[in-house]
Amino acid sequence: MNILKFLETFANEDVLRSKMSRAETFSQFKKMGSDMALAAVPFGLASIAMAPQKSSAATMVADSPVTALQLALTLEYLEEEFYQTAVDTIGLIPLIGRERLVFEKIAQHESAHVDFLIAGLGPNSIPKPTFDFTAGGLFNPFGDYAQFLALAQAFEDTGVRAYKGQAGNLQSTPDLLQAALQIHSVEARHASEVRRIRGQKGWIVQNDRGGLPAQAQPVYNGEENTIQAGFNTSTVSGIPPSAGSESFDEPLTGAEATAIASLFIV
Amino acid sequence: MKNVVKIQEVNPHGTNRRSFLKISGLGVVGAGLLLATSCNNDDDDPIVTPINTLPGVRNGIFDLGGGDLGILTYAYALEQLEADFYTKVVNSSGFNSNFSTEQKAVLTDLYNHEVIHREFFRAALTGALPNASTQLLPDLAFDYGSLNFSDPVTVLGTAKALEDTGVAAYNGAGKYITNTDYLLLAGKIVSIEARHASAIRSLINTNSADFAGDDVVDPMTGLDVARKPSVIIGEVKSLDIIQTPFTAQFLQ
Repeated sequence: MNILKFLETFANEDVLRSKMSRAETFSQFKKMGSDMALAAVPFGLASIAMAPQKSSAATMVADSPVTALQLALTLEYLEEEFYQTAVDTIGLIPLIGRERLVFEKIAQHESAHVDFLIAGLGPNSIPKPTFDFTAGGLFNPFGDYAQFLALAQAFEDTGVRAYKGQAGNLQSTPDLLQAALQIHSVEARHASEVRRIRGQKGWIVQNDRGGLPAQAQPVYNGEENTIQAGFNTSTVSGIPPSAGSESFDEPLTGAEATAIASLFIV
Repeated sequence: MKNVVKIQEVNPHGTNRRSFLKISGLGVVGAGLLLATSCNNDDDDPIVTPINTLPGVRNGIFDLGGGDLGILTYAYALEQLEADFYTKVVNSSGFNSNFSTEQKAVLTDLYNHEVIHREFFRAALTGALPNASTQLLPDLAFDYGSLNFSDPVTVLGTAKALEDTGVAAYNGAGKYITNTDYLLLAGKIVSIEARHASAIRSLINTNSADFAGDDVVDPMTGLDVARKPSVIIGEVKSLDIIQTPFTAQFLQ
């Protein structure tokens, strides 16, 4: 909504009716405030505009469209800086084969996701945290390519599960829900590719962390689930039981995703 | 909702209702209940699928229906197509000889996953539909014409189209789902479809970034494809693979 359209809406609003009670007037002004914020948000992703809800990455628990997207932005900031640093580190990513092309593409997407979410959140956007990808000296991702790949897999699988966990919190804002789903499936494309570069299946097997360090186990806990709406996915006739949990990805709660990201936030 | 319909069927006309009330000692209580039930359904209950848009045969042709159960039926139709395709792939005469070890491993996993998705929807819809015997989408018939299921290039190209379509379909349908549990289930499946699409694309063009190519992920926004059900259904029908006639009058 541009500002002219907003003014048009304002002129047509019941605000101008003369026989309004005090309560009605108050509620109209609240509505006006929300319409005003709406006008400031590009991409038409305006329906979340409300009183700013600032929260730090470490403490927030996503339960509204705003907190859901703030969690998403935190994860995208993390991924953007991680991949950009890797792409900029000479000698880290092999120049032969597809791997440099892959990680430049992923870096491009994560950067676009950051821009998209900042724009969508408008006044509710949050600043970029300070990241430590060594997690206090545990890892050396920019000096050891295998460790870079391992963390990339953990971040992508976390992203898939975290967006999935926020879908329900975005139902009241259909355009944002769709955009989040469109990011969610990109994270899944990334995850599959990074896993396959590591010699893993593109999909998660049971709760197997695939050779990642033990600190990454929370990324995979719960993925072994085989019961979907009462249906047992591991007992389909003619299909190996192990395919059951592979065929459905599981969500992470906002708290679980935040705990994983917090390992890398100073 | 069933109760309301039943009551309306028994007593559809206002003039009859008056005489009905006169002859029944329970009439007044009954009328009160009728009113309360109607209001409750109109105003308060989340109506997942309006009773008149449930899946089922209309004018001799199966209609996928509307509301959440219509969207689930639409997903069931797409999963039937994917499962049937991969069943024919892994059973083709050239599967063992013509495909690489890696291609076989990926295609076998995709076969397993898509059959599970199909059976999941069959079970879930059978449980959720008020009358599954008439409202559950029948097993669709497929005809791929001259498609060579023993040729890796043809198979991988078709798999790519199917998986990318699956991603676009779930991404575009999500906002029309009202039940949060159903939305989560769709989310659990769509990321598997996206993982599949990525792997297939990578198998087709090994030394590339096609796993999330610019043809599916907009490089400016980083957003994947999303198309609404009516668009996807038009695309799928134009392939002329699904031989069982069906309509989708109530899907957006």
